[in-house]
Amino acid sequence: MNNIFVITSIVLKELIRRKDAYVLLIITVLLTLLSGSVNFFGDLRTVRYMKEICLLLVWICSVVIAVTLTARQLHAERESRTLFSLLSKPVSRNELILGKFSGCWIACGVALLAFYGFFVVTAVSRGDGWRLPEHFQAFWLHWIMLGIIVAMVLCGSLVFTAPSSNATINIVIIVGILMLGRHLGKLALHMNGPTQAVALAAYYAMPHLEFYDLRDLIIHDWPPVKWNIVGFVTLYGMAYAGAFLGLACFLFRRKPLNA
Amino acid sequence: MNNHPIEIKNLRVEYPSTGRGVPAKTAVADLNLEICSGEIFGLLGPNGAGKTTTMNVLLGFTNATAGDASIFGRSARDPQARQNLGYLPELTYYYKFLTAEELLRYYARIFKIPKAQRDQRVDAVLKLVDLDHARKRLIKTYSKGMQQRIGLAQALINDPGLLILDEPTSGLDPVGRMQVREIITRLKDEGKTVLFSSHELGEVETVCDRVAILHEGRLRVIGAVDALVKEHDCGLEQLFLRVIGYQPKLKTA
Repeated sequence: MNNIFVITSIVLKELIRRKDAYVLLIITVLLTLLSGSVNFFGDLRTVRYMKEICLLLVWICSVVIAVTLTARQLHAERESRTLFSLLSKPVSRNELILGKFSGCWIACGVALLAFYGFFVVTAVSRGDGWRLPEHFQAFWLHWIMLGIIVAMVLCGSLVFTAPSSNATINIVIIVGILMLGRHLGKLALHMNGPTQAVALAAYYAMPHLEFYDLRDLIIHDWPPVKWNIVGFVTLYGMAYAGAFLGLACFLFRRKPLNA
Repeated sequence: MNNHPIEIKNLRVEYPSTGRGVPAKTAVADLNLEICSGEIFGLLGPNGAGKTTTMNVLLGFTNATAGDASIFGRSARDPQARQNLGYLPELTYYYKFLTAEELLRYYARIFKIPKAQRDQRVDAVLKLVDLDHARKRLIKTYSKGMQQRIGLAQALINDPGLLILDEPTSGLDPVGRMQVREIITRLKDEGKTVLFSSHELGEVETVCDRVAILHEGRLRVIGAVDALVKEHDCGLEQLFLRVIGYQPKLKTA
């Protein structure tokens, strides 16, 4: 466990020292404040669309941070050759993968906390009441989803050579799941033969990231989700993250390292 | 119980074919090697001779196809075998967002060195590699020579009994080379065992107690530098060229 914590700490330090997350936070703050100062549709409740824009930006920024931070981890270690310094110490490859995962996931959580903190402050200052359970659920499930994404990208960095191709392919997959994931099952029912089998297999095999999207609940002031459903979706996310991590460890153990 | 810092028995490493018509490559063939405690051992050979592959097996980066490699009697595959080992890879660029002090603390924590000792150890290695003055500077501001010295510092952070240095003076100017050489000599005086590969034969002759010359994955020559020079009645460079079968091209009129 010690090695996992040590590797985690260095990923966190990287997030703090690099400017990416700050830039994205500043962009989110500026765009949200700008959207709050203009009434686009004559809606008296500007707070609703401001919340919508802010949450959309939070989602985009969090996915960008998770994918870019994770995609460069192993590649940068290999490129700068620090991977060899690290693995020449009593650190196993599994510990390295788990350390990178926990570092990226916690770093994403810290960034997400800052984003949600800003969102809650903005929403409350615009007359929206304190809705702690809903905000907590939205944050928690969002963070669990980032865990799946981090594990998926980490796995991808052992398959794709360049971090840019890994990041691009993963972003396409993530956007695809978020936009089409919930409809794929229904679409499959209208298909026939092998196409239907493939569509159904994809529907059941892919991680349904859309389960973690509670934006509508916040925007439209809906009541919180039942906690047992939150618990189930958390376990579902952990299972997928675990599966991707297991695959990443397996691939990394088999990968030859040439110092 | 084996106490040799390094023991290699019948080591064979084969890289599988990468495609149709490309044969499998034997990087190391039936290598037997023992390195004794406190000696500085030079691993020589032209590019592709198997030096780096041998080091990779010792460091657990590559699995042997056959044979065995152990560090202080422990299989090189076991990560714990590296508890008493320091490694300097060739031309490494350490984390740009860290200072030298932070980098060394990071590696020290991996070795589970207690906090009080960790600070002492960081101070000691920074002094040894003459980077005490730059300890709070980000590594990205370091020159190549300083980068190499911080590399040596990280290899020494756990006060290892065995050091593996892969071309430690590669890419350094004469002053940088001299500084690294002085550090290696100082380590020898402290009783450390050092295995290092280098293409600088003059340097190897100056620093090493024993050398081995590998060619096409096979061990061709092994022995004490002085004895080899005397036995073959030539300098190390000439011996090296002779062993690898290099024929100088004669000028034609």
